[in-house]
Amino acid sequence: MTSPAPASEIRIAADKLTKRFGDFIAVNAVSFEARAGEIIGFLGPNGAGKSTTIRILTGLLRPSGGKAIVAGFDVARSPERVREHIGYMSQKFSLYSDLSVMENLRFFGGVYGVKGARLEKRLKFAVGMAGLTDRTDALVADLSGGWKQRLALGCAVMHEPAILFLDEPTSGVDPASRRRFWDLIYSLAGEGVSVVITTHYMDEAEYCNRIALINAGKLVALGSPSELKRSAIHGEILLVEGDNPGAMLEALEGAPAVRDVAPFGSSLHIVVDDAARDRPAIEALLKQRELQWSRIEPIKPTLEDVFVQLVGGDRAKGAAAP
Amino acid sequence: MNLRRVKAIAKKEIIQVWRDPRSLMVVLLMPLMQMALLGYGVNLDIKHVPICVFDREGSQQSESLMKAFQASAYFNIVETERDYDSLKRAIDAGRCKMAVVIPPDFSQHLATRNSAEVQTILDATDDNTANIARGYAEAVVQTFSGNIEAQRLQSLGEPLPNPPAIAQYRVWFNEDLESRDFIIPGVVAIVLALVGAQLTSLTISREWERGTMEVLVSTPVTRSELMVGKIAPYVLIGMLDAAFCLAIAVFWFAAPFRGSVFTLFVTTLLFLIVVLGVGYFISASIRSQIGASQVALLVTMLPTTLLSGFAFPIDQMPRPVQWVTYLVHSRYYMTILKAIFLKGSGLGDLVAPIAALTIYAIVIGILATRAFRKTLG
Repeated sequence: MTSPAPASEIRIAADKLTKRFGDFIAVNAVSFEARAGEIIGFLGPNGAGKSTTIRILTGLLRPSGGKAIVAGFDVARSPERVREHIGYMSQKFSLYSDLSVMENLRFFGGVYGVKGARLEKRLKFAVGMAGLTDRTDALVADLSGGWKQRLALGCAVMHEPAILFLDEPTSGVDPASRRRFWDLIYSLAGEGVSVVITTHYMDEAEYCNRIALINAGKLVALGSPSELKRSAIHGEILLVEGDNPGAMLEALEGAPAVRDVAPFGSSLHIVVDDAARDRPAIEALLKQRELQWSRIEPIKPTLEDVFVQLVGGDRAKGAAAP
Repeated sequence: MNLRRVKAIAKKEIIQVWRDPRSLMVVLLMPLMQMALLGYGVNLDIKHVPICVFDREGSQQSESLMKAFQASAYFNIVETERDYDSLKRAIDAGRCKMAVVIPPDFSQHLATRNSAEVQTILDATDDNTANIARGYAEAVVQTFSGNIEAQRLQSLGEPLPNPPAIAQYRVWFNEDLESRDFIIPGVVAIVLALVGAQLTSLTISREWERGTMEVLVSTPVTRSELMVGKIAPYVLIGMLDAAFCLAIAVFWFAAPFRGSVFTLFVTTLLFLIVVLGVGYFISASIRSQIGASQVALLVTMLPTTLLSGFAFPIDQMPRPVQWVTYLVHSRYYMTILKAIFLKGSGLGDLVAPIAALTIYAIVIGILATRAFRKTLG
């Protein structure tokens, strides 16, 4: 396992990391730190700069500005040293489909320089983790999504990396497999591995120790899910469901007592100072406009609410889409 | 360089080639097909040139001259004409490359003036064939007139004159002057150059296209480890192909082999490293498989067939083109193979081309390592 590190050990230190592609700024002065055993989730809409940030941290892209120390080494200066200590799962499935489960694991074991008894131990660990103990000779092309994903994770941890970068590892995988995958991430983090994971699933983001909210290349907020909710939402949330959410949205926007309103699927989330106090006024307003509602009740804020508050409704829709 | 990492890559590459029927085809069938096509197709000898004759006399003398043409292995009389119009049509239509016209006073002139003229008309669209055919025709007529002169002198009871000077020929290395013996080793060089570049041209671009490269570059594998690991399996496969092609050359096309197998092995290994390196360089520079394969074909096919000395002698080329040929890797292997096959040359005789190939291998190795970037975009 990774050398027993004090819980406070800083594994990643990104300082004003910037990446420009021509005039386009994909990553704009992003700074954060990640400690041993911590799971950091990068949350944001497609094209926000999550993957680009991960690619800089893994040495796949050179930063245009700023600095990143990963596993104690400057990524831009000595990417090879960094690579000995990291595991990476790319957005696109990246195992060899024409190789068997065991052949893939042995290959990655080999390129990570794992050998002898340790290699055998790690192979056993990885097939066990992926749940493929009985199918070690199966071609990867014949595996279904969830298995492939767990095998890819197994390949990425053959060398017991201190840091794991997972770029949207759960996209296109069924919910049961996603749950199982998160169990694996928790157990790795429990052993001290720092995990950086990108996602656009809001529910997954709740599993992270800390969330880095990214939008248009900028780090909008950084904190634990509950911290983010506390700091971003000033007030309480009322959920309204009705036949005509579009008209309701129009009616409620700018109304007194309504601090903010945003559509969430077929319902609306209304931010108010005090749900119990402001509810009658909102009901009166809807009645006055002759709008029917089937349900109106206070709810706990979700990360989606945080996102809407910090980034704005239009942007949030992209992020909320599964 | 970490050998464990090199081994892991080489092993993976072998498994992949073995499981991919398309690449197996390239590996095993392409060299066989090319050997057959080029081996049978390319022939620089000019024999059995189709000709027509227009005998305007029909005497015994004219008949025997025509028989002399017919008897020659270089000509085939395919038509006998009755007038100039049909002769012209035969040449226009391409049925004959040459026409022999015997004038109506042929035997009469021979008897009275001791000299007569025979007209030959040549289709010189292919000037090379026309030139050679003219030479052969002169030789046939000369032999014919030599015989007549001898008969005349004999009938007069005079001794045959001795010609003042005679060139004595001794033909070295390709005693039968068979162009095939000279071509077949060249064909082996061309096939290996083409197949070799194809073998490695896909190896990097395929991984970029499939997305496997993105994770591979995030591992500690270095550029030179990747290159050696990727090329090594193809050296083995390439040597197998080379053995195939050389065996076909010797046992099927009966090309004379006078050198040592050891010299052949060493030089072929060196050449393979060069061509595989070129393929890898292309693959590392171009990230699409189609593009890489096309470029590999283009940059090996034209130079190896035209500028390697395979069919066209380099010392007959204009100076600037000769300089360009120094950049063509197969030029050196072509020299080596022909020397080993026909002259039986050993390593010591081949120091210059071997040195050139070694330099080539080093330069292409450096370029290929540099061409591969462990970063995206």
